[in-house]
Amino acid sequence: MFIEIQQINKIYTDKDNRANTVLQDINLEIPKGQFVSILGPSGCGKSTLLAMIAGLTSASSGDIIVDEKKVMKPGKDRGMVFQEAALFPWMNVTENVVFPLRKEMNKKQAAERARHFLQMVQLSNYADHYPHELSGGMQQRVSIARSLAMDPAVLLMDEPFGALDEQTRSRLHGQLEKIWIDTQKTIVFVTHSISESIKLSDRIVVMGTRPGTVIADTTVDIPRPREEHKQQVAALEEHIMGLLKTEIDKVINEELAYEARR
Amino acid sequence: MKPAVKRLLFYSGLILFWGLGSHFELWHETILPSPFSVWDSLVAGFSDMTLVYDLVASFRRLFIGLVVSILIGTALGILLARSITADETIGSMVLALQSVPSIIWLPLAMMWFGLGEGAIIFVVILGGTFVMTLNVRTGIKNVNPLYIKAARTMGSNGIDLFWKVIIPASVPYLVTGARLAWAFAWRALMAGELLSAGPGLGYTLRYASDFGNMALVIGVMIIIGVVGAVVDQMIFQRIEKNVLKRWGLET
Repeated sequence: MFIEIQQINKIYTDKDNRANTVLQDINLEIPKGQFVSILGPSGCGKSTLLAMIAGLTSASSGDIIVDEKKVMKPGKDRGMVFQEAALFPWMNVTENVVFPLRKEMNKKQAAERARHFLQMVQLSNYADHYPHELSGGMQQRVSIARSLAMDPAVLLMDEPFGALDEQTRSRLHGQLEKIWIDTQKTIVFVTHSISESIKLSDRIVVMGTRPGTVIADTTVDIPRPREEHKQQVAALEEHIMGLLKTEIDKVINEELAYEARR
Repeated sequence: MKPAVKRLLFYSGLILFWGLGSHFELWHETILPSPFSVWDSLVAGFSDMTLVYDLVASFRRLFIGLVVSILIGTALGILLARSITADETIGSMVLALQSVPSIIWLPLAMMWFGLGEGAIIFVVILGGTFVMTLNVRTGIKNVNPLYIKAARTMGSNGIDLFWKVIIPASVPYLVTGARLAWAFAWRALMAGELLSAGPGLGYTLRYASDFGNMALVIGVMIIIGVVGAVVDQMIFQRIEKNVLKRWGLET
């Protein structure tokens, strides 16, 4: 398998010295080229799991293997797009996209490559702009171009459209789907939106909370574009909603209990 | 009404009041000279070049002192931000030193460097260094962790991460640090010059005072105030504003 997540556990000790299990016995295999969503309520550890694949966080036990290499630290083979665009404000759009390339190719090649990927996200006209001059959606597209430019084996996306308004999000869904089809990248997409996960992915891994575990692993076999198959989408949405309901209730009850204790 | 017009009216009114008060002898010329005598003393000072030499001498000291204090301050700030031990030891001393006016070092500085340039520049350096240090330290410590994470996923780490991401990300703090360093250094310079040998604006101020030339005293005070305001508003605040805008900290 292209990405192997083997028996991952993550336990951290909070300030009262209590052990908290964030992730428990996570096992996943993701084949090359798959678009997989990791779906779950907040606090289920889905972002932590993604950060582990990126090499930004370490697991308490278990291994993650990407393309036959064990993940020890971050690397350019795994591009990451965060919820905030994380562009460097002191660099213009091109300079941002060139940042990961500057050591492996000369300036001209890097600029050429940056132009290609900016074209892919339809922002070639904004190459000389600075991040503060762009809207949130445009910034996020630059950050996608920046990740793609380093030609990673896998693209990790942590709720990349979570901070955007509905219309922008819907447009970016279309763009991302096209990019995925064109580049055939493996994409691991973290989200808490059921409709987003159904719209975009081949497969949805549903996670439960406290501790974070995989509670369902569903293949989405609805033909693309999925806007044209509203009934099937609605049926799957309802199915997943049912899976998540108990989890969401769990979170709400815990929050209520916490409020009551205070 | 535009702020510039308001300001113009305000200063005209102030000078008019001052001039009328002097004209009708509400106060004695030796206590508060009229705006005309102040103007004459300034014209005389500039035409015989003494005030020009003073300005050049003062700016030379300020420039040397400020550059050195920004360099030392930046180096020290980086050290405090990167080493916890340094922060816990040297850091506490920097905080203490920052809280005292640097002019109190002048007696010692005179023993070490004599009564001339060296002592004043030393006091100017001490005036600017610590505020720069503290700003650089804060800037580096407050770099958005997201930038660091993003850079790491793009293969940047160690020295490359530090110089290409952490330092540029803290530029807004560096600029604020430099602006405050200038303000502290300028005050330290004037205090130092008042107490030592000339030429220099501070020295001329004391010299004029010793000879009872209150018109020149006020003239030099005005020069000091104008230079301070102009450098702060025309140079530092402008740079600061641009940087804050580009770094997305101000809309």
